[in-house]
Amino acid sequence: MEPTTAGAPLLELEGITKRFPGVVANDRVYFDVRPGEVHTLLGENGAGKSTLMKILYGLYHADEGEIRLRGEPVTIESPSDAIEQGIGMIHQHFMLVPTLTVAENVALGLPSRRRLLQDLSPVQQRIRELSEVYGLAVDPDAYIWQLAVGERQRVEIMKAIYRDVSLLILDEPTSVLTPAEVEDLFVTLRQMTEGGRGLVFISHKLHEVMSLSDRITVLRGGRVTGRTVPSETSREQLAHMMVGREVRLAPNRSEADVADARLTISALEVLGDRGTPAVTDFDLEVRSGEVVGIAGVSGNGQRELAEALAGLRPVASGTIVMNGVDTTTKTPKEIRRLGVSYIPEERMRDGAIGEFSVAENLILTSHDLPPTSRRGFLNFKQIETGCSDLVRRFTVKTPSLETPTANLSGGNIQKLIIARELSGEPEVLIASQPTRGVDIGAAEYIHTVLMDQRAGGIAILLISEDLDEVIGLSDRIAVMFEGRIMGMLDQEEATVQRLGLLMAGVSEEEERDGSSA
Amino acid sequence: MSDFLTVSVLLATLASGIRLATPFLLAALGETIGQRSGVLNLGVEGVMLLGAYGAYYATLRTDSVLLGIVVGLVVGGVMGIVYGVVTLALKAEQGISGIGIFIFGLGLSDLLFQKQVGTPTPIDGLGDVAIPLLGDLPWVGEVLFHQNVLVYAAFLLVPAMWFVIHRTPFGLDVRAVGETPEAADSLGVSVERTRYITIFVGNAFAGLAGAALALELGIFQQNLTNGHGFIAIALVYFGAWRPAGVMAGSLVFGLVSATVLQWKTLGIVVGTTASIVGMFPAVLTILVLVLVSRRTGQPSALTRPFERGH
Repeated sequence: MEPTTAGAPLLELEGITKRFPGVVANDRVYFDVRPGEVHTLLGENGAGKSTLMKILYGLYHADEGEIRLRGEPVTIESPSDAIEQGIGMIHQHFMLVPTLTVAENVALGLPSRRRLLQDLSPVQQRIRELSEVYGLAVDPDAYIWQLAVGERQRVEIMKAIYRDVSLLILDEPTSVLTPAEVEDLFVTLRQMTEGGRGLVFISHKLHEVMSLSDRITVLRGGRVTGRTVPSETSREQLAHMMVGREVRLAPNRSEADVADARLTISALEVLGDRGTPAVTDFDLEVRSGEVVGIAGVSGNGQRELAEALAGLRPVASGTIVMNGVDTTTKTPKEIRRLGVSYIPEERMRDGAIGEFSVAENLILTSHDLPPTSRRGFLNFKQIETGCSDLVRRFTVKTPSLETPTANLSGGNIQKLIIARELSGEPEVLIASQPTRGVDIGAAEYIHTVLMDQRAGGIAILLISEDLDEVIGLSDRIAVMFEGRIMGMLDQEEATVQRLGLLMAGVSEEEERDGSSA
Repeated sequence: MSDFLTVSVLLATLASGIRLATPFLLAALGETIGQRSGVLNLGVEGVMLLGAYGAYYATLRTDSVLLGIVVGLVVGGVMGIVYGVVTLALKAEQGISGIGIFIFGLGLSDLLFQKQVGTPTPIDGLGDVAIPLLGDLPWVGEVLFHQNVLVYAAFLLVPAMWFVIHRTPFGLDVRAVGETPEAADSLGVSVERTRYITIFVGNAFAGLAGAALALELGIFQQNLTNGHGFIAIALVYFGAWRPAGVMAGSLVFGLVSATVLQWKTLGIVVGTTASIVGMFPAVLTILVLVLVSRRTGQPSALTRPFERGH
């Protein structure tokens, strides 16, 4: 690829407007990418970043505006048009076929050298060469289902490099990676820009944006609200541009007032969906008035642990004691009645019913108890007053109590779930990814609520992949790797680097041995 | 029972089992390619009936068995276009629209038969073709190489279909579209086009399967297929979505049917017993589906319509 004159844009999006029923997702957006640069598109969920990139990739069509590549106006009707123009996209969710090999995934959609016959040997050869050049360790013959998430991400990058894209869009590519894997990814991305490629990096993780970007464009409510470069801004300023007001990135923590154990897990073993152990040899204690964080890359047993605690997944061996009662074999309902609340990670699958109204979702855990119902009948007067009170207290933004929950924003649905889970005044709270995918404002609010609950003396188990969140809220942090606790750190000694090593499965002893050798 | 256990009767039963397996095999291979691309077609039975009637009627009027075969294929292909439009363009629910195709085929084939033919008139069906040299082999020659052309065609299609699925770019598209259509779409593979082709081919095979049945029996009557199409769908699950597995399943069903027929002919089973034994294939279907509940190899996107951006 020849280096193009600096400044002449590779891509220009001019006056892009896209309307969906009831919302303007993109409002006259201008965005450009120059060869050899990483231009970050920053914004909250629903700010219109993904919509803009889907328009560029041919998944949506703009209502107004023009796309120019190397100065020429182009029409992009479908992903194949985008591919033809040299545009590649790495989607938020992996776009890989698990039952096919790496080489087959890379070859998919490309013409075969021998026309009607699939000849994978040149593909395998080229993948090996590119692996060398870019330091991307991928085995072309491995099946995708055999690969860990970090390796899958490398296959996605390989697909783009193999097609020799001149413009690559990366939609939140780091959400499933460990800090070390993120560093490796950034090295590869830098190497890609050296050849004159342009990269669009979509993210809401501010420290990543600061370290990778050449330029930053901030979107809010479908409009561009700021353009800057990392040397002239700060995380706080970026957050301000994203949210439109001052944001406190780190929650206020008071001194912990720790009392007796509320949740005791001993020698726990839980099986995953495939029948193999997902949680093994797991011991943990959470005391009243403290937050214990569980950090780790997703898929290391966190989900199975949370489900076992909530009674949703059978325990293979070991015991769980909550509030002094052995709950190992109890049903979810019995566990809830003991004062245990649960915020599940899959909000719309396990946390709320989209078609149900706000009020119906708020009473899901109390509908068969007085005062919500009496003698088998729902008490609508009580439901109305109780739910209005919850909606007000937890600042759930909804047109009415009858609004279908699916119509609310992610942040408001999460607030609704938290309102319901805290309405029973629990003694133990299991919170799984409580702020994943919610806007910064709602996340800030949820953090405040969790800190208030901690001060009020409940025991909180916080499972999160967001290291800033874990470090900011927890009194102690356990790192999970392959179903075990790799290490336990106190809040004062926890740093992203130390947690990152544990998340990658390197124990502190190994690390010391390694550095002394 | 001693009548049955003679070399000549056993060989004849084996040969007839292979012949009876052919309609199952053709229909199930067609269903396999469709399901590998993520499309369930419950209408196989109806398409088979239309193909059977088309083949029968064309042969009856022209005395050309070859024309009968072609008509069976064409009728199946036309039904494929119909099913493609219904499920891909109109995005109708696959299970329900397949049942609709079945009922349509059942009714229309009988209506046309009543209007155009009326009284069952036999036709000269497919004759056996002995393969030179191989046909002279003792035992094996009689069982394998004295069969009609559609039997040979069906069994040759097994490796051919495996080759297409696993060794061609189109097959890669099919497998990707059946597992993760979003990934295929993001790389510029047209999910819709791929599925149109597999549905078209799959239904043409179903039409051919109907033709094979009608031309083998040399007659047509209401509901001639009598569940063949539904068993073929079950065989796809039995065969774990692999052509060779589907072939194994078809042979099991063909041989069971041939044995039951032979026992009836020889008077080994009579009256009520014969009727009960006649239910074997149906019972076998249920047993097979219970036993093969692992579903390893089931395409993840089976029955899931694809819509870009969702």
